[in-house]
Parts: sequence; structure tokens; C-alpha cells
Amino acid sequence: MPSAEQLVTALGWCIVICPIVLLCVLGLSSLLSRRLPEEVINALLKTTMIVGLTSSVLMLALMLPMSNPHVTIEGGKWVHIPEYEFHFKLIYDRLSIPFIILSFVLCGTIFAFASRYMHREPGYNRFFVLNAVFLLGMTVTSLAGTVETLFAGWELVGLSSALLVAFFHERPAPVRNGLRVWCVYRVSDAALLIAALTLHHFGHTDFENVLGSESWPYGRTEVSDHEALVVGLLMLLAAAGKSALIPFSGWLPRAMEGPTPSSAVFYGALSVHLGAFLLLRISPILEKSPLLCALIVTLGLSTAVYATIAGRVQTDIKSAICFASLTQVALIVAEIGFGLRYIPLFHILGNGCLRTLQFVRAPTLLQDRRLLENAIGDRLPKSSSFWRSLLPHTLQIWLYRFAIERGYLDAMIDDYIVAPFVAVFRFCDRMERRWTDYLSGGKSRESDEADGTPGSLEEFL
Amino acid sequence: MTDLHLPWLELSILFCLIGAVWVSRVKVPHIARNRALLCSGLALIATTGAWLDFDFLDAKQADDSLHLLSHLAGRELLIMDELSAPLLPLAALLYFLVILATLHTKIRRFSFAWNLVSEAIILAMYSCKEPWGIIGMLAVGIIPPFLELRERGKPTHVYIIHMTLFVLLLIVGWTFAEIEGTDRIHTLWVVIPLLGAILIRSGIAPFHCWMTDLFEHASFGTALLFVTPIAGAYAAVRLVMPIAPDWMLRSIGLASLFTAVYASGMALIQIEARRLFCYLFLSHSALVLVGLEIVTPMALTGALCLWLSVGMALGGFGLTLRALEARRGRLSLTHFHGLYEHAPELAICFILTGLASVGFPGTVGFIGTELLVDGAVEAYPYIGVAVVIAGALNGVALVKTYFILFTGTQYASAVSLQIRTRERFAVLLLAALILAGGIYPQPGVESRHRAVEELLHERESRAPIPTTIETPHHHH
Repeated sequence: MPSAEQLVTALGWCIVICPIVLLCVLGLSSLLSRRLPEEVINALLKTTMIVGLTSSVLMLALMLPMSNPHVTIEGGKWVHIPEYEFHFKLIYDRLSIPFIILSFVLCGTIFAFASRYMHREPGYNRFFVLNAVFLLGMTVTSLAGTVETLFAGWELVGLSSALLVAFFHERPAPVRNGLRVWCVYRVSDAALLIAALTLHHFGHTDFENVLGSESWPYGRTEVSDHEALVVGLLMLLAAAGKSALIPFSGWLPRAMEGPTPSSAVFYGALSVHLGAFLLLRISPILEKSPLLCALIVTLGLSTAVYATIAGRVQTDIKSAICFASLTQVALIVAEIGFGLRYIPLFHILGNGCLRTLQFVRAPTLLQDRRLLENAIGDRLPKSSSFWRSLLPHTLQIWLYRFAIERGYLDAMIDDYIVAPFVAVFRFCDRMERRWTDYLSGGKSRESDEADGTPGSLEEFL
Repeated sequence: MTDLHLPWLELSILFCLIGAVWVSRVKVPHIARNRALLCSGLALIATTGAWLDFDFLDAKQADDSLHLLSHLAGRELLIMDELSAPLLPLAALLYFLVILATLHTKIRRFSFAWNLVSEAIILAMYSCKEPWGIIGMLAVGIIPPFLELRERGKPTHVYIIHMTLFVLLLIVGWTFAEIEGTDRIHTLWVVIPLLGAILIRSGIAPFHCWMTDLFEHASFGTALLFVTPIAGAYAAVRLVMPIAPDWMLRSIGLASLFTAVYASGMALIQIEARRLFCYLFLSHSALVLVGLEIVTPMALTGALCLWLSVGMALGGFGLTLRALEARRGRLSLTHFHGLYEHAPELAICFILTGLASVGFPGTVGFIGTELLVDGAVEAYPYIGVAVVIAGALNGVALVKTYFILFTGTQYASAVSLQIRTRERFAVLLLAALILAGGIYPQPGVESRHRAVEELLHERESRAPIPTTIETPHHHH
């Protein structure tokens, strides 16, 4: 009979191994060009989801009676040289367990939904490979016991997200939007990496070292106020990118180009809440800096106001839901800034489940509406907002324009960051061209004639 | 000194040289390719054997068993140590894969004989610790691409001006270094020429234009094989690091840091795939140099790990681009190509190798990048962050290119553009190496750390390294 400790360890590993097995089987079959039949993929998805979810729930059941529900599973030193160590460490506590259960429940539901929704799609296998990458990323991020481990999961989520936005890749719009999402995620990743480096620089390695060994949310950090502010600001930037807070909110409606099931699980439920999760994870650091907390509240509330205004003028259901979701995510962030811990956690769980449901119902919106109207025997009533009557007409017009342009956030990023960046490097490119032209004594760039026309296809044959 | 069980190093070079002669005697391209493939494959087996043999011996350095070349030269010329042990099979692998994946479209333009000569030169350089031997190989190594450019009627000015200057500076610098000896502080007569030579060969801005020019005019395979072994870094480690004052290493490090960011920014605005690849490579090779010049164990280990991962990842990335070029001609990045449906395996290889190059988790580049970034921030707390910025920009450039080449439209082709068996083999081999190195990185990191210990020991064992230097005037 295994001891409780052995059982907990086994279950802990089981939770991580399920998405790894899923990714390995689906990924290798793609790499080797041996496409699995849909039935095999579905059976694999079902098995891994059931095993993963059961393990998570059992883990929760075993941890509930514990006085200090904080289990650490040491995966050993993945890399170790005298100057550097990479620990693979997983933490199961009051924060990670609900998050991991949410991930398995929602991913399992969405996989079941998508197995029919994506039936006979040319990219069926690719869809599930990317979702497996996402699930692994979510699992690693949720359970990460070191900043490096968290960063690894964070990046996996980002990549799968960008590639799924561009899933329907025979059209340019999803691809452009996928690239936009990727760019914002890279900023977020860079901020997280710099935060991790700053922690290293201050001499801290893993979360237990930084956040104390007490179970979340009772951890106490040993970092100084100054260190807390610097690291916290970087983490906030990372969270803002991942959770689409101002000024990065523009990517969220763009991400709706992806298939509806992935939109549901990514932007309605899990991925969009990762920023809030990160802030909850580092909550002992936040408590050290009132200034940081004030910034978080300001950012949260301003994003909530922005999202609720922008959400009111959206003309497609997925964008409307994503702004509704963003409003709640922003409120969750504000709650964290106010020093609340359990309320934002429950808020995440509730919002995630509700938005997933709304997203998966979105394709049948017209059918639902027709059923409702048939049931009441009339058109659904249109209610005018109370606030609308209080606002002067010019302000209403201004707000409408602000909302329809999504707060001009993308335009501002394009004008003030992207355009100067491109202008500077194009100038450098022109200077380089002049220099090589001068040295060559004529035109130096053959690439100007590159047009993608095949030179000699008969040779290729 | 410990002997290897077989003359692996001499054999690997000999296979390439014999192959070059053998290949040059046939006019039929297919036969030439098959012969080149055989010789390159034998060289790969020999270098891999040397590496495994060296690992088995557990020695700090080892030389060939029969000492054939030593008898002729009167001293040991070909020596293997911790630094060069994995570099040799890596270089041989790159040559093997490029020859293997050369399709019919490229077969007439790609000079197999000269590339085998280049391979022999690179292998000889990596097997050599003698300064003049390395300088000789670096100098001779610039000839094959030059001959190819001339043969194809392409402009050679930019390439030849930079390379001549590089060789001259290297010779001047090392001549003065020998005149001054090892028991005194080196003057600017040594430091400045060596600094200039390293900056030019490594393509550090503003001396990088020869590399973009080479990619413009040479065949993709030749340009790829000339740059991916990162010979400039080898020269920096063998020639400069043991004797350079701290300020010189710091100068190279800062210039490299600037280049890493500059090249990643330039990669983002390129409108043609080869130039994009070149800038991505410049950014990564500059990152390797950043780590090498920080001279702390962590950063050095990161740099040496990155050296291997960049060679493998960007080598594979370049091969994928070359495979696409074989299908579509020079690739413009101003419009979508939509090639995913035609060659999904190439798309997977493209994204996998690209992600490995930017240090994505689970790939061979991850730990190297982590170590390098940590080391850079430790050495330069504020500007070290530039390494992270360069990585982020490279990641954006990579995915942007992936989207442009493989997605965005539906490309209708009259002929099948499917991946060929040879290409599939190359793709799977690279994917296996990239993922295996990412999932189980400890042996690689450990081996690079041992190499670092040796390098640092060598640097310390030289004459006391000054932090300030004498000016020539002062010296005289």
C-alpha cells in the first residue's frame, strides 16, 4: 500500500505527464508525416484528459485535510554546473491546484467540442498539436516552482496562441493578427525573462526562496521594497501583455480570428487569465510595495472601463464576448491590487467557465435567438442604457468613435513605436546599400529582383 | 599527450581532400553529388568517431594515433580538445546535410569539389591550436567562396576588400604578438589589428556588410557553409582570448551586444529571405561573441552552448530556406507565399529550427540562451538586457518569416513541391538533434563547462593580463 506522500507524488507527476504524452504522440505523428485518424486522436485526447483531471481532483482531495496544503515535487536538477542550476520543481498549492483543475476541465470540454466542430478540417491534427502545446504550457506555468520553469510554460502558451490565431492560414487576415499577438507576447516574455534575471541578480532562485515556504497566499517574501518594486513592475508588464491590459488590449479582438474552440479556451478562459495568475503567484512581492499595488489597481480599473466601452459597439459576437471577458479580467487584476487573494481566484474560475460556455454557444447565436423569439412570440426587446441618457450627444459620439477604434491603442503603438523603429532601421538599410554599392562600384543587391518566381521548375522535377 | 585510437582527424581531412579531387574529375552533376555525399559522410563518421573517442579517453586534449602529419611538420599540428571536440562533427554535419539536401535545381550551381575543400579547411582549423596554423586556415578558407563568386561573374569587391583586410590585420597582429613575446604586456600594435580582424570576420557592425554581400551573390549553400561554423569566434577564442587585455574583450563584447540588437532589428525590415537569414545569423553569432568576451564561467558556457545550438539550428533554418528557394527561386518577403500545404514538413522544420535558434524551451538553444543571458546581465546589469531584446526581436522576425513563406494565401503549383526523401532525412535528423539536445541538455552543458575551465585556465596561465595597456609611443 503506497503511503500518502508516494500517492501525492505519483499523482503530481501524472498531471504533468498527461499533456507531455499527448504532445509527443500528436507532435511525432505530424513530424513523421504519419497522420493519425480522427478516432485515434479523439481516444487519446479523452484518455489523457480523464487521467489528468482525475489525478488533479484526487490530488485536491488528498491535500484538503492538510494543515499546510503546499506540496513540492522536486524533478531534480535538469542542468547543473557550479555556477548555474536549473531546477525542475513543481508546486501544488491552493493556487495551482484550482488552476490546473480548471485547465483540464475546460480543455477537456473544448477538446470534446472541437472533435466535432473541427471534423474533417484539413488542419485537424495541427489544431490538436497546438492545443497540446498549450495544455502543456498551462500545466507547466500553473505548477512552476521556479521562475525559469514558469517562463518555459509561459512561452509555450504564447507560441501555441499565436499559431492558433493564424490557424486558417490560407487567408492573410488571421496570419497578420497572429503575428500581432506574437509580437505582444514577445514583449511580455521579454519582461518576464528580465524579471527572472533581476531576481537572480538579487540572489533569488526559486519561488520558495522568493515567496517563502508557507502555502499560498500566506507566503512572506524576503526581497527588499526596492527589489519588490523593480521585479513587480516587470512582472506587471509581463502580465499586461498576456492578459491584454492597457496598452496591449488591441491584440485580444484580433485573436478572435482563430477557431472558436481555441478562442474559447485561450481568450475566454485560460490564457487571458495567466497575467492575473502571475500576479497572484507573486502576491507576497506585491504586498511589499504600495506603489506597485496602486499601479495594478489603476491599470486594472482603466482597462475595465476601456473594455466595457469598447465591448458595447462590437458587431460580432466573438469580439463582444472577448471584451466582456477582458472587463472581468481587468477587474480581477484590480482586485489583486486591492490585496484580495481568494476573491480574484474564484473570479477567475467563474469568468473562465462562463466565457467558455458563451464562446462555444457563439456559432449558434442566431439559432438561440430564434428559439428565444419563438418562445416569447415576439422580437427580443432592445433596452437602452441608463448611462446613455445622462451623457451629452457630443460625448456619446466621441465615446462611440473611441470604442469603435478600440481606444486607438493599436494606432498609438503603430505610430509611436513601430513606425519610428521601422524608419530607423530602413535608414540604416539605405546607408548599408550605399556603402556596398560604393565598394562594389555599382548595384550591389541582387535581392531587389527577388519576386518568388521559380527559376527552373523543370530542373526541380 | 593522449593519443586517439585512430587517426580520426587526419582521416576526416583526407576524406574531404580526396573527395574534392575525385569529384572534380566528373562532369555529371548527379555523380559529383553522390561522390561528394560519400566523402562528406565519411568525414562526418570520422569526426564523430574522434569526438566519441575523445570523450571515452576523458583527456584534456588528444592527438591522432599515427602522427602522420606530425612526422612531416616536426610538431603536433592536429589536436583535439574539449572546445573543438563537438565543433568538428558539427561542421562535418552541416556540410553533409547541405550536400545531401542539394536538389536538382541547385545541383549545377553548387560546387561540390570546392565545398569539400572548404570542409577540409574548416576541419583542419578546428583541429589546430597552433596560432599560425589557424591564421593560415582562416586565410585559405576565404578562397573557395571567392572563386565561386568569380566563376559566377558576381561582384567580389565587398567580399575581397573585407577578407583581405581581415587576413592582413590578423597577420600583422600576430606577428607583433610573437615579436613582443608572452612575458610582457601587449601593445596597441598587437591589440588593434587583432581586434579589427575579429570584428571583421565575425561580422560585427559596421564591418558586417561583406556577409550580406556574400549571401546576395554566392550560392546559398556556399554562403551558409562559410558562415555557420562561426570561424570568427574560433579565432577569438584561440588567438585573442588568451592574450587580450580586459578592455579589449569588453570592447568586442559591447560591439557584439550592439550588433546583436542592430542585426535583429535589421532582420525585421528585410524584404528578401536570404538577407533576413544573414541578419538573423549575424545577431546570433554576435550573441555568441558577447558570451565569449564576458569571460565568466557562466557566460562562457552559455556562449559555447549557443555556438553549437546556433550552428545546428540556423544551419537547419538556412537549409529549409534553401529548400524553398530550390522550389520558388529567390524568396521575396513582400507578399505571402502560402507554401504550407505543399511542404508541411519543411514548415515544421522551419519553425522548429527557428525556435531553437532563439532559445525556445524544449529545444537545444534554451539552456545556452538562459546561461548567456544570465551571464550577460551579471556582467553588465543594465545593457546586458540587450541580449533579451535581441532574442525577442529575432523571435518576431522568425515567426513573421514563417507566416510570409508558409501561410497567408493558397499557392497553386503545377508540379508537386513535396519534400524529397533526402530532405526528409535531413529534416528528421536535425529535428531529432534539436529536440534531444533540448530535452536532455546536461551532457552538452557539462562538456562545454569543461571546455570553459580549460580556456580560463589557459588565459590565467599566460603572462599576467593587464587591465591597462601601454601605447606604442610609451613602449618605444
